[in-house]
Amino acid sequence: MKIENVVCPFCGCLCDDIVVEVEDSRITAVKNACASGRSLFLNAHTQAVQPKVNGEEVDWPQAIDAAARILNDAASPLIYGLSSTASEAQRKAIALADLLGATIDSTSSVCHGPTTIGIQNQGEPTCTLGEVKHRADLLIFWGCNPAEAHQRHFSRYSALAKGKLTPNGRKDRTVVVVDVRPTASSRRADIFLQVRPGCDFEVLAALRALLKGQHLDVDEVGGVGVVQLQDLVERMKSCRFGVIFFGMGVTQTGGKHLNVAELLALVAELNAYTRFTTMPMRGHGNVAGADSTLTWQTGYPFAVNFARGYPQYNPGEFTAVDVLARGEADAALIIASDPVAHFPRQAAQRLSQIPTIVLDPEINLTAQVARVMLPTAIYGVSAAGTAYRMDNVPLPLKKVVESPRPTDEQVLDWMIERVKTCLA
Amino acid sequence: MLGIINGEVYDPRNGINGEVRDIWIEDGKIVSASAASPPELGGTEGGRDAAEIIDATGLVVMPGGVDIHSHIVGAKVNAGRKFRPEDHRDHVRSRTSLGPPFRGEVRGATRSGSGYTVPSTYMTGYLYAEMGYTTVMEAATAPLVARHTHEELEDTPILDKGVFITMGNNHFIMNCIRNGQREKARDYVAWLLEATKGYAIKIVNPGGVENWKWGRNVSELDDEVIGFGVTPRQIVTTLAWINDELGLPHVPHIHAINLGQSGNARTTVEMIEALEGRRAHFCHLQFLSYGGKPGKRLRSGAAEVARAVNEHPNITIDVGQIIFGPATTMTSDGPLQYRLHQLTGNKWLNDDVEGETGGGVVPMQYKRNNPFNAVQWLTGMELFLLIDDPWRVFLTTDHPNAGPFFYYPQVIKLLMDRDYRAEMLAGIHHRARKGALLAELDREYSLYEIAIITRAGTARALGLQNKGHLGVGADADVTIYAKLDDKEEMFARPRYVLKDGEVVVRDGRLVHERPGRTLYVTPPYDAGIEADLRTHFEECYTISFDNYPVAAEYLPHCEVVPCA
Ligand SMILES: [Zn+2]
Repeated sequence: MKIENVVCPFCGCLCDDIVVEVEDSRITAVKNACASGRSLFLNAHTQAVQPKVNGEEVDWPQAIDAAARILNDAASPLIYGLSSTASEAQRKAIALADLLGATIDSTSSVCHGPTTIGIQNQGEPTCTLGEVKHRADLLIFWGCNPAEAHQRHFSRYSALAKGKLTPNGRKDRTVVVVDVRPTASSRRADIFLQVRPGCDFEVLAALRALLKGQHLDVDEVGGVGVVQLQDLVERMKSCRFGVIFFGMGVTQTGGKHLNVAELLALVAELNAYTRFTTMPMRGHGNVAGADSTLTWQTGYPFAVNFARGYPQYNPGEFTAVDVLARGEADAALIIASDPVAHFPRQAAQRLSQIPTIVLDPEINLTAQVARVMLPTAIYGVSAAGTAYRMDNVPLPLKKVVESPRPTDEQVLDWMIERVKTCLA
Repeated sequence: MLGIINGEVYDPRNGINGEVRDIWIEDGKIVSASAASPPELGGTEGGRDAAEIIDATGLVVMPGGVDIHSHIVGAKVNAGRKFRPEDHRDHVRSRTSLGPPFRGEVRGATRSGSGYTVPSTYMTGYLYAEMGYTTVMEAATAPLVARHTHEELEDTPILDKGVFITMGNNHFIMNCIRNGQREKARDYVAWLLEATKGYAIKIVNPGGVENWKWGRNVSELDDEVIGFGVTPRQIVTTLAWINDELGLPHVPHIHAINLGQSGNARTTVEMIEALEGRRAHFCHLQFLSYGGKPGKRLRSGAAEVARAVNEHPNITIDVGQIIFGPATTMTSDGPLQYRLHQLTGNKWLNDDVEGETGGGVVPMQYKRNNPFNAVQWLTGMELFLLIDDPWRVFLTTDHPNAGPFFYYPQVIKLLMDRDYRAEMLAGIHHRARKGALLAELDREYSLYEIAIITRAGTARALGLQNKGHLGVGADADVTIYAKLDDKEEMFARPRYVLKDGEVVVRDGRLVHERPGRTLYVTPPYDAGIEADLRTHFEECYTISFDNYPVAAEYLPHCEVVPCA
């Protein structure tokens, strides 16, 4: 059976033109996807797996019971992950956090959390990817490397895409890459500006000054010649529709959210000359959805704590890494994420010291230290749901193969019911 | 069965003006509304002996409130929440365990939330219900992100809701107009409403939002939309024709051009006239009723616009009354939001949506002693008092653009109490006050008229047959108020609110949470349009045609409202 228009849940591009062939409930071929997407579909586990408690296989009611007890007994539980699950499951996870008085945080806090803080300071002139495809004649990629991290971004939405006002695709656009080292993306750019590591803020500030017509008494800023910066400013002012895509090279270096705020201010100011927009290159398939669902249910996009009965927001205090590293969290529920593999050592170690519950299709490093392992179906492969693209366009994830495993949403629902009866 | 007995009933749709009535409810519907008949309460009639009775003696009974225009869910609202943590920090709501079970319901809990001008979804549902409102229309959703809107609606409890779909800058429609293909545009609109599970056609700054993608706008009805060769006039009149052809329950819901600018009363009146008698609703008209010369000092143009509304029975309006204090402006009007960013220096969100629309968000603070804001405030008041027919002028604050919805009780007091109004007027900037027509207007709204502008009239304008009244067959959405002299206090804390016959609020506090329904329309269309649409999607969108429609699974609680 051939299934068309499948949405690939791998990265924030959410390409929705994937063709998947299924025979005897097995995926046999994947067309149009990038290497990462293809491997996600072809390597998807769909066989039945029993949940485990303390390394022993148990049935689902026993596993849910163990998980609910851990969460109920904890004084300060943490729920973390969310970015690779569907919004339906995210909504349930937030409901559970509210019920428990827990802390809840998504992987945003270790990638584009500073972007959110920058936006909260400065606002965000943005657009959907179709506007980039059809209008943008100046594309700037700053601190990101789509040629490797978002492999179909160039062809579907940006550099190579043929749109209404850009019928010749790449020929109708100027592509600029700004980064601290040459990358696969910079090799495909018209202009590459190599910034000295940690100097993004200075370069952005210099661009704002030049835009305002100020004279700079130096020859270079952050490793980039003022002549080159002046040239970029002229291109930005005179383009028809410009966009800056930015990644972790901006959000996770030096000034973090200050870099982002400076970038957003520059983009806003450019609108006095022409139309200019910007967009963070979101990594995980539904990390934008995690921001959205948390925001509509609590008012805040990450780093939310319910201990006082209502949502409080404080990055640095209620972010998962900090709650763990300070030893505050005394139980953890990790959903569709592998913090043991990615967190700083102190935070990762805490997860093996406290009772940890993992909800994931994979036996990842976190699952190996977890007290309770709940193996679930894979959204977009063996479970249907909703994911939000990096421009916040929501797309329907398909169930292309059957799986005997429950979905994250189903398991969280069971947990909520069990926690309620424990409370009562 | 549940009875609300001996209440002073205001049900304008059925001509009941403060008479004492008993209202009987069964299975979520009104089954009888008759003159009070105490003998029957003894229990001789079948079923009534077992009935739950709410003794409404001395209380005011109205249908549940129906809000015709509010921004409560979806991409723009959520972007506003996300970038305004400063709005939420001091305005929180704790989760609660609800009190003793009512009529055998399982004990439940309410969700926590935060936000003042942009509250989170659960909190929005609770706050509206606690104010006696049971139906709210979300005023603008870009079709491309309608799926998001429906996800949030499902997390907005108690209320029945519908979504207006922005179409005033839609490429497919503008192409049809240019090519003289009205019928094709009509089929597309029908398809789009079904695909997005929408309730009505919304038009925002027709053509101006598309031009903003070039850094421009429109300022006259016959300005050209860049790249399409059509005009705001053609867009509005075509969509009004389509609305009639499809027999949609509501009318085209129009946010006109030049919003917020001096002298826009002229283009607003021109747009009313351009409709040539076709039915339409003009929203938050306060923002579109200014006199003075373009670019010069703002004055009220309410008299001029109210005259046009009075002369055109085909037009309904809502006011968008300014509330002094914090607000969050959010519209699909991209160039307007940029202008507000430049005027205030406040942070600015913009979101251009491919082939369809755009929009933005800018925080705002309305101040009594700011001459501009003071003029905006009195312009709204004047519209309320100068438009003669209460069935055609409705109470909104264009939440959260002109102020939060939970200030409706304050607006009601301003309308019912001219001394209070005079007191407010005396406190605004002297330059705005000088020569203001408002000082001469001593009209006071009656409770009957308030019932019209907050529920009976809005329900009628929305084409909701089962809402906004208490006749037999109506949804049993009922609000019961204590009869107080201070009308703000009276309307802020209803004694009871019933949704589908169940008590959800007592003494102004939520006692029972239940889901509301999403109302949408499914007008018929020629399925032959699909081939054209597939081509259009390939050329215009970055998502496939098949992934665009919002599937039924997104609306587990819903109701289709029939077209004529
Ligand atoms: Zn509005």
